[in-house]
Amino acid sequence: MNDKIGDICMNSVQISNVSMHFNTNKQKMNSLKEYCIGLIKRQIDYSKFIALNDISFNIKKGSVVGIVGLNGSGKSTLLKLIAGVLKPTKGKIIVTGVIAPLIELGAGFDMELTARENIYLNGAVLGFSKKMIQSKFEDIVDFSEVREFIDVPMKNYSSGMVARIAFAIATIVNPDILIVDEILSVGDFQFQKKCEDRISEMMKNNTTVIIVSHSIEQIERLCERVVWIEKGILKMNDNTDIVCEAYKNS
Amino acid sequence: MKYYIQTFNKYLYLLFNLISRDFKIKYRRSILGILWSILNPVLMMVVITAVFLNLFKFEIDNFPIYYLTGSTIFSFFTDATTSSMTSIVGSGQIIKKVYIPKYIFPLQKCLFSFVNLFFSLIALIIMIIILKFEVTYTVILAPIPIIYILIFSLGISLILSSLTVFFRDIVHLYGVITTIWMYFTPIIYPENILSDSMLKLISLNPLYHYVGYFRDVVMYGKIPSLKVNIICICFSLITLIIGSIIFKRTQDKFVLHI
Ligand SMILES: Nc1ncnc2c1ncn2[C@@H]1O[C@H](COP(=O)(O)OP(=O)(O)OP(=O)(O)O)[C@@H](O)[C@H]1O
Ligand SMILES: [Mg+2]
Repeated sequence: MNDKIGDICMNSVQISNVSMHFNTNKQKMNSLKEYCIGLIKRQIDYSKFIALNDISFNIKKGSVVGIVGLNGSGKSTLLKLIAGVLKPTKGKIIVTGVIAPLIELGAGFDMELTARENIYLNGAVLGFSKKMIQSKFEDIVDFSEVREFIDVPMKNYSSGMVARIAFAIATIVNPDILIVDEILSVGDFQFQKKCEDRISEMMKNNTTVIIVSHSIEQIERLCERVVWIEKGILKMNDNTDIVCEAYKNS
Repeated sequence: MKYYIQTFNKYLYLLFNLISRDFKIKYRRSILGILWSILNPVLMMVVITAVFLNLFKFEIDNFPIYYLTGSTIFSFFTDATTSSMTSIVGSGQIIKKVYIPKYIFPLQKCLFSFVNLFFSLIALIIMIIILKFEVTYTVILAPIPIIYILIFSLGISLILSSLTVFFRDIVHLYGVITTIWMYFTPIIYPENILSDSMLKLISLNPLYHYVGYFRDVVMYGKIPSLKVNIICICFSLITLIIGSIIFKRTQDKFVLHI
């Protein structure tokens, strides 16, 4: 019995019976004119697409979990639900702790601004205070290795450089939960190594890490458990070697 | 409630950052940027004064100041609401990637317009000095109507920014509405040319009251009555409450439509 209470305290993320539906109207209805015409003709049809169907699993505090699945299976959707960007159509998600989301590169980067300005802007988007960003500014620049370009507008950056800065900012604090969606695949191998090192460091500090990657080797290297999603349905949730074996053979 | 204040505090720095980004983007391009913000209303005033005084021969004392006071308040309102309207759609890239309280975006645009209002006010002050217009001590009450209209604009902005997510074409519609709205606000014509029935109709227009309040304290040395204050406060607060309710009800669906 005590197990159950322990479970609740030990979980960073609890996902219970979560479904996500998207409206996929043939002609996207986003003007008043079309809406009125639709009303008159009485044919506002909301065909729905089920991106996630009745998913339930828990993620233990301090664990590193990989999510695998083919393109379009709903991995990014699931991460967005955990990060609070999307609200589930059905079900409930309970998250305990501060999240650092790395869902896509550079949320809130304004390419017209310089890297220096963007570090402050993006830090603010992630909810950091000015003081905190100031104190970590040097760390961020060092980690991303873009010191010579710090006052250059970011539109002149390569995508790998953008990824470096994005990763460096999101990981300046020790978040309770780090969400990584295919970010690591952009950088060169040297930077990937650096990121992995930092993730390992965080794991020691009891950060929960959730990784989506199409690189099975990377998942095998980093994760303790793996969740396999296929066409919006939870197919497997088990230890890394078991799931990866099954996934590779599918 | 406590939770709301906490998150607001957490994102206060973001709000400040977004406004300063707007500022940089607007004014960094040209050194004349700030000067232009001051010059623009003055030039408009010169043109309007020349045209209207010669064509229509209205009997208005100090027409340049009359026009400038009215247009400053009215342009602040249109500026704030028009730029807020597309703020959610325009910030789609952020909204799709991280969780942020979404009211930050219309609030940002309103406050940025508020910063720009100060440049228009500088233009007004310069004209008051050049034309040797005598203001009385009541001018210290001028921030009151400005606060009223800021709250009113924020309410309208919350409504418009959430509706725009679902119906993109209201942006064009609103352009027409503000033009009509301007003619229903005494900015270039004096109030006394209006018939009684027209005046009744126009008194339903909140902007009529804000503009009137501003002119009373800046131009006519009058302290607006309690009744006028109550009317203004009611318009502002009711609009803000309606705006907040509409925004709160729809905000979870924004991300699916941008
Ligand atoms: N905003 C949206 N509106 C409609 N459909 C959407 C929306 N977002 C995602 N989908 C659909 O949901 C499904 C899952 O998408 P998702 O991005 O989660 O896949 P994924 O597993 O991350 O794929 P990938 O490996 O390519 O990154 C896709 O079929 C996609 O078309
Ligand atoms: Mg994806």
